Amino acid sequence: MKLVIAIIKPFKLQEVRDALSAVGAQGLTVTEVKGFGKQKGQTEIYRGAEYTINLLPKLKVEVACATDLAGRIVETIQSSANTGTIGDGKIFVLDLDQAVRIRTGEIGETAL
Amino acid sequence: MKTANKLLTGLGIAAGFGLLAAHPALAQDAVNLGANAVTASEPVPDKGDTTWMIISTMVVMVMTVPGLALFYGGLVRTKNMLSILTQVLAILCVGCIVWIFWGYSLAFTDGANNAVIGGLSKLFLAGVTPASTAATFTSGVVIPEYIFMAFQMTFAAITAALVIGSLAERIKFGAILAFSVLWLTIVYAPLAHMVWWSGGFLFDMGALDFAGGTVVHINAGIAGLVGALFLGKRIGFPKEPMPPHSMVMTLIGVGLVWFGWFGFNAGSNLEATGGTTLAIVNTFAAPASAGLVWMFAEWATRGKPSLLGLCSGVVAGLVAVTPAAGLAGPVGAIALGAIGSLAAFGFVGYAKQAFGLDDSLDVFGIHGVAGIVGSILTGVFVSPDLGGVGVKDYSMGHQVVTQLIAVAVAIGWSGILSAILYFIIDKTIGLRVDRETEIEGLDLVSHGERAYHG
Repeated sequence: MKLVIAIIKPFKLQEVRDALSAVGAQGLTVTEVKGFGKQKGQTEIYRGAEYTINLLPKLKVEVACATDLAGRIVETIQSSANTGTIGDGKIFVLDLDQAVRIRTGEIGETAL
Repeated sequence: MKTANKLLTGLGIAAGFGLLAAHPALAQDAVNLGANAVTASEPVPDKGDTTWMIISTMVVMVMTVPGLALFYGGLVRTKNMLSILTQVLAILCVGCIVWIFWGYSLAFTDGANNAVIGGLSKLFLAGVTPASTAATFTSGVVIPEYIFMAFQMTFAAITAALVIGSLAERIKFGAILAFSVLWLTIVYAPLAHMVWWSGGFLFDMGALDFAGGTVVHINAGIAGLVGALFLGKRIGFPKEPMPPHSMVMTLIGVGLVWFGWFGFNAGSNLEATGGTTLAIVNTFAAPASAGLVWMFAEWATRGKPSLLGLCSGVVAGLVAVTPAAGLAGPVGAIALGAIGSLAAFGFVGYAKQAFGLDDSLDVFGIHGVAGIVGSILTGVFVSPDLGGVGVKDYSMGHQVVTQLIAVAVAIGWSGILSAILYFIIDKTIGLRVDRETEIEGLDLVSHGERAYHG
């Protein structure tokens, strides 16, 4: 099993979700996060005082999936979250040791 | 705001007798009319004037709470929002009590040192009754003294509340309460007496201040500047970002402040007349031009027109036109607003940064700077040649010099006495909260509440 973690622009969530559902992702978890990458934040000016906002708001999308589906999911997120501009985000793929469905106690891929 | 013209009323009656005597056809009625004239020498307030002053007084109160409270509140960080709201409301309450107990008497009665400060004859409003009256700019026209007192009370309260913008996010609540009581008594009331009471030396000198350029804005701006210097910079200033937490609140605040300013400026005419409507028009004209000037200046120099820039310009324009509200013409007010706005923009955007001054919400940068510019230029734009209403024996050079003297006195008076008060409070109560409180935020530590949940 794999855990796909994507950091995306907040307004792209709906497109990513719809695209993931279409390729068979069973569920996803979304968290509001802040961070920076190569973009290094934005500048805001209040009465002449310039503030560099280093941490920009993003969404973290986590999808647990069977190993053979991971490639499709990464491609799908990459294409649906893409605007072609700076700050589109990143995708990370991790190995996932175990999954448990709390209600039934099922484990492994059947729990996903 | 002229309040003493008993003499003029007397002269009017004498002139009336003279006319009647010179007019044979009317001479037979002279005795009767004379009797009526004696009755008329105790003028009765006009209901329209009285109503207008009641409305103005209430509107100026809204200018403070919630107007100023939201304007300032939106500009601080979330953790200090509630402290600003609490401070402004508490100062409004303090202002009312101080004014009724002794402030009104010190400002608006004759005193032993009448050039500088009033007396104690109206402590606790002694002798002020529903029947007692205050004079207006027009000979023989009076308004009830209660509403004159209350109108002035709202001025005192908002002036003290304006000061906290410089002290925001680091002042002790107890310190600001003590400061407000002492400052209204020792700084505000005498300055109001000097400028607005017949017998006050700036009034007698002919200094023009229609609604409070010196008494309110320079006074609060300087007290704020001195306070910011005493307190020092906020922790993290200027490296740590301290952006306004809600420009929505700030816009609502500016809207209410502008609305309240109609009562402030046009109410200062003390009657409901054509002159009052001029002050209303000027209170539209100056902030309109000032808002646009700040916006375009920012657009040109920083690349974007910001809402805070527009709001700041509007306030600078309101400040600049305050001393000239009923004296300049509308086009003069537009020019005055533009110049005041540009001066404040320059100070706030450049000079303040160069000095490393943490005047947190720019009380000096906006109220002080635009107040100084407005007070001086009132001497120019009152000129009938520039569409102003003019004053007796007007000469621009002389009037501008008089205005400069009044501005210098207001700066010196407020600066020196405010510094002494800050010093005393710093040595007793202490001015500044401790480091932990400042980092945690004043809302939770000073007041045990927060402005927002969730």
